[in-house]
Amino acid sequence: MTDINKLDLAGTKAKGKRPYFLADKQTEQVMSIAMSLAMELSVTRERLATLECLLSEKGLVDRSEIEDYEPGKDEVAARSASTQEYLARILRIMQQDREEMERDDPSVEEVQEALTKV
Amino acid sequence: MSVAKTLPSWNALTKHAVFPHANHDEVARLNFLTHLNVHLSAEILPGVRTAYEREVRPEFEISNGRQPETRHEIRQSMLQNSFFQMWSALRRNTMEMRHQAARAQVLRQIESLVDKVQALNKGDGNLVLNDAIDIPANVGSVDIHCQPGCYYEEYFENDVTVAASYDVGLFATTAGMLGGLSDGGGQAIGKWLLEQNSDFKPRRILDIGCTVGHNAVPLAQAYPEAEVIAIDVARPSLRYAHARAKALGVNNIQFVQANAEDLSDYSDQSFDLITTSMFLHETSHQAMPKILKNINRLLKPGGLMLHLEQPQYEGMDLYQQFIRDWDSFFNNEPYWGPMHDLDLSAMFTQCGFNGEDMFEIGLVSLVDESIFGKREKGDAGEDYGRAPVWNAYGLWKK
Repeated sequence: MTDINKLDLAGTKAKGKRPYFLADKQTEQVMSIAMSLAMELSVTRERLATLECLLSEKGLVDRSEIEDYEPGKDEVAARSASTQEYLARILRIMQQDREEMERDDPSVEEVQEALTKV
Repeated sequence: MSVAKTLPSWNALTKHAVFPHANHDEVARLNFLTHLNVHLSAEILPGVRTAYEREVRPEFEISNGRQPETRHEIRQSMLQNSFFQMWSALRRNTMEMRHQAARAQVLRQIESLVDKVQALNKGDGNLVLNDAIDIPANVGSVDIHCQPGCYYEEYFENDVTVAASYDVGLFATTAGMLGGLSDGGGQAIGKWLLEQNSDFKPRRILDIGCTVGHNAVPLAQAYPEAEVIAIDVARPSLRYAHARAKALGVNNIQFVQANAEDLSDYSDQSFDLITTSMFLHETSHQAMPKILKNINRLLKPGGLMLHLEQPQYEGMDLYQQFIRDWDSFFNNEPYWGPMHDLDLSAMFTQCGFNGEDMFEIGLVSLVDESIFGKREKGDAGEDYGRAPVWNAYGLWKK
């Protein structure tokens, strides 16, 4: 039913030229990457907090077990897929810049002019 | 900064049967974005005003020998200011992050979501799609509020991706201030109608530009005996809206794919109440008069037209106009500014109403305050242009 690339679609760009605000475009792109990283770090901290709560509530794990853990084949594959999704997320700005270069989006100013013609 | 009151978690949203599931990290991501939005508006945005008053306006006065006279002059000057640049870059990026987060969440479960939607929609005469409806320029030229695919794009047959993503992500931008079903606006209209106009008993209601039905459903609940028609041009939104309404046990709404510029399928004076919610600013100078003329034709004498919107710019301080106008240029809302400049009363007259009968009411999002907190006009951190505090522009047709 769904012959779509979900990773690309999740991060795809909205139609309309993207305004850049900082003096230097690359700086703004780096800011975007940094903010996504900040989010992912926040998410990870929350997940760890959840996990540590559960483990300690159940008295299940001591920390050395975590340090020495070796993932099996399926777990390695799952982590690889997860890392790919992670990178697509934090580098979305570059995907969108590429898409904008590949398309001919109208500027919002042009659209406003067209929309306000009576 | 000080730590503000606890913000609601995305998990507090009402999980109706077609609401996308969220796993642990997806909830954490939306909660992070909610906090980031509140931080930007409460902690950083006030600095934009300071930058204007202490740096940009004095420089403008020196260069021009006068004060700025329009919000556009302010914007052109502010675009050179580093604090405004940083805030704008962060705000734009946060919106883009919201869309990616919501879309990734929806897309990973899209097959099962479509199945659930289809099960509720199949063979139901209350969902009327029409292949002949084109996407008008005011909807299709840029993706409104930077939402990839806007309200209407379909990636495969029977798709609801853009609609479900909109329903998921709205919480992050509004910090939950629209309530459990993101319907605080519709709830506020319903309450105002029932409490302030208890003699008014509309039997046929038209909601124009309904998207996923956030505002049509509360109207249908306020008037369970009424027949509600909710129209939009966007197929994914209508599919999702219809399934969502059914999932919420609301069966007196017919969702119809139609363009409000052409409502020739409906006869003169066939509706008692016609509403729009945060819709007029997504039309155009060409579309809006046509829509209003149609409303005038469709409304019965004694009927009510009501438009929920952010306040018009007339009489508003120039800085506030400028900051509210940010979405116009930088969040793909090209008609936001021009619409808020209009003299609505004159526009209503031009479209056949007696514009002098127009009234304005202030409405605040109606939510479960025990979960979502109480918000009022002038709250610290009000995010201009996105706050759930509205003006409704109404007119009783004589």
